[in-house]
Amino acid sequence: MTKLNEAFKNHKALIPFVVAGDPDFEGTVSNVIALAEAGADVVELGIPFSDPVADGPVIQAGYLRAFDQGVTVERIFQMVTAIREQTQVPLVFLTYINIPFKYGYEAFCERFEQLNISGLVIPDLPYESRDELAPIAEKHGIALVPLITLTSGARIPMIAKAATGFIYMVSSMGVTGTRDSFTKALGETVTEIRRYTDVPIAIGFGIHTPEQAHELSQISDGVIVGSAMVDIVGKDGQNAPKELLLYTKALLTAIDQPVEV
Amino acid sequence: MEQLKEATEKKGYYGQFGGRYIPETLMNELNHIEATYNELKDDPEFQEELHTLLRDYANRPSLLYFAKNMTEDLGGAQIYLKREDLNHTGAHKINNVLGQALLAKHMGKTRFIAETGAGQHGVATATVAALMGMECEIFMGKEDTERQKLNVYRMELLGAKVHAVTSGSMVLKDAVNATMQEWVSRVDDTFYILGSTVGPYPFPKLVHDFQSVISQETKRQLAEQAHQLPDMVVACVGGGSNAIGSFANFIDDESVKLVGVEAAGKGVNTDQHAATLEKGSTGIFHGMKSMFLQNHDGQIDQVYSISAGLDYPGIGPEHADLQDRGRAQYVGITDDEAVSAFEYIAQQEGIVAAIESCHALAYVRKIAPTMAKDKIIVCTVSGRGDKDVAAIAKYRGVEIDD
Repeated sequence: MTKLNEAFKNHKALIPFVVAGDPDFEGTVSNVIALAEAGADVVELGIPFSDPVADGPVIQAGYLRAFDQGVTVERIFQMVTAIREQTQVPLVFLTYINIPFKYGYEAFCERFEQLNISGLVIPDLPYESRDELAPIAEKHGIALVPLITLTSGARIPMIAKAATGFIYMVSSMGVTGTRDSFTKALGETVTEIRRYTDVPIAIGFGIHTPEQAHELSQISDGVIVGSAMVDIVGKDGQNAPKELLLYTKALLTAIDQPVEV
Repeated sequence: MEQLKEATEKKGYYGQFGGRYIPETLMNELNHIEATYNELKDDPEFQEELHTLLRDYANRPSLLYFAKNMTEDLGGAQIYLKREDLNHTGAHKINNVLGQALLAKHMGKTRFIAETGAGQHGVATATVAALMGMECEIFMGKEDTERQKLNVYRMELLGAKVHAVTSGSMVLKDAVNATMQEWVSRVDDTFYILGSTVGPYPFPKLVHDFQSVISQETKRQLAEQAHQLPDMVVACVGGGSNAIGSFANFIDDESVKLVGVEAAGKGVNTDQHAATLEKGSTGIFHGMKSMFLQNHDGQIDQVYSISAGLDYPGIGPEHADLQDRGRAQYVGITDDEAVSAFEYIAQQEGIVAAIESCHALAYVRKIAPTMAKDKIIVCTVSGRGDKDVAAIAKYRGVEIDD
């Protein structure tokens, strides 16, 4: 099993997100390969859900495009098999809890292990409810990546201490989508998390410019870029791999550029 | 078995159902709501404040009315109607809104948000927001805003902003999604007044407690009028708020049969219904583990009912548990049967009942003739039907310029 924390070694990680099945299955395979080629450290794939309450309009539109292609969980697993024939880039999946619940936690995690999928992000599975899935995920070597938000406050120690893989630090209030600015509280929250864990911290929600990627990677171990990627897939369709590659390279260049003093 | 026992004892669960499955952003807030409610619920001052509002503002207690014509016509069990339609704002929704609004006030909130299906909960929330001087925004599926234009205007008249939700199937489920999204983006000053006994804990408990005034009164009123317990209590279920309120004080009285009536739409064997407990399976959605209409992959179904208030693919976790342990029974009533009951109750008793409530009345119409004359059925008329008149006329092919 590919260990996620390897992806964060000696380098601030970039984690692009695309929707599985968007614009279609072959397109997703090409998109993931392009992202890996560009140097993405981890690729996050979204399993579409009918009612994605944590996602904004851009990612919701990606889910709808995938549903139009007849996306199913089984079809996504077949798609990962095709991806794995061409790249071993670490993969994490984002989905809503009803998807693994309905599939069966044990069977779901078993498929993840077979396909060398490293982690699982579930926005509607808070700390208090994670016990029904966490031991099963752990048994199969899958990191259950927790989310910490600007409202987590006193919950930070308990969430941070239980974290595996990496911590998904949610940059702002609200749903996914591009944003123009981030608050000072974000840096303070990251500092607070650091007091309790060595698990890498990646910041996501709203990041879309290379400048933002640079700025936020300075206060964390990596950044997650979602809506901006899905937006490219939505606009460029079959040409998306080329555009994703260029965009990812630009983000990586910005992340790796030295800090001005 | 061990696992089951453990789940039963888990906080916030009803048997294997319930819990909290929501974004981390809201977890502290839910804990805060729960802690504040636990402090307030036994506080005599809070209870007095709520009781006064229920009595002087909402017009409680609501009447328990012996439906003599209907009883004679059906020729079986004696039928009593619990008249929640006579409450201020015309439905049971006000009971819960007053409770949650007071709780929100104690937490220092200044802004209410709420979802609404038929518009009754939205109207009740807008009403109480006006009363308490709160900002108010209501989220309603676009399709429902068209089915229930009158209620949209009522909410606006009361000073609320109404958002027509255009995602998904544009009905109640989508309105809940949109309200949750709004809450995640602005939780500091905002209280989500959830209208049904659904969502993450403690919402199912809040709604249970604030709606239980219905069965508390029924029990007392029936003891006065008939000197006994009812043999059966019938209420319609969408998410299940008026039903849980109607059942609450009878759950421990094993002799009282509890029946929840779901919307069978165009028939439970078509793909156009909202009969969650009859046709659904266990899942996790809208913050709770419960029963849902969903596909093999766990994608939530788009459901259908003529009634915007019952048009919901899930059910409160307590109902799922009541069914699971055989304490309550849930049955389906089709659009046709509900519309027929709408006309029947109007003509028999001179009561224009909400199309939601008419699902319950339609079941009473079926079951009462099969029961002995000394048996008593209490049926909750959860709301009044003025809002539905234009839609029912249309269903019957009569065009009314509304």
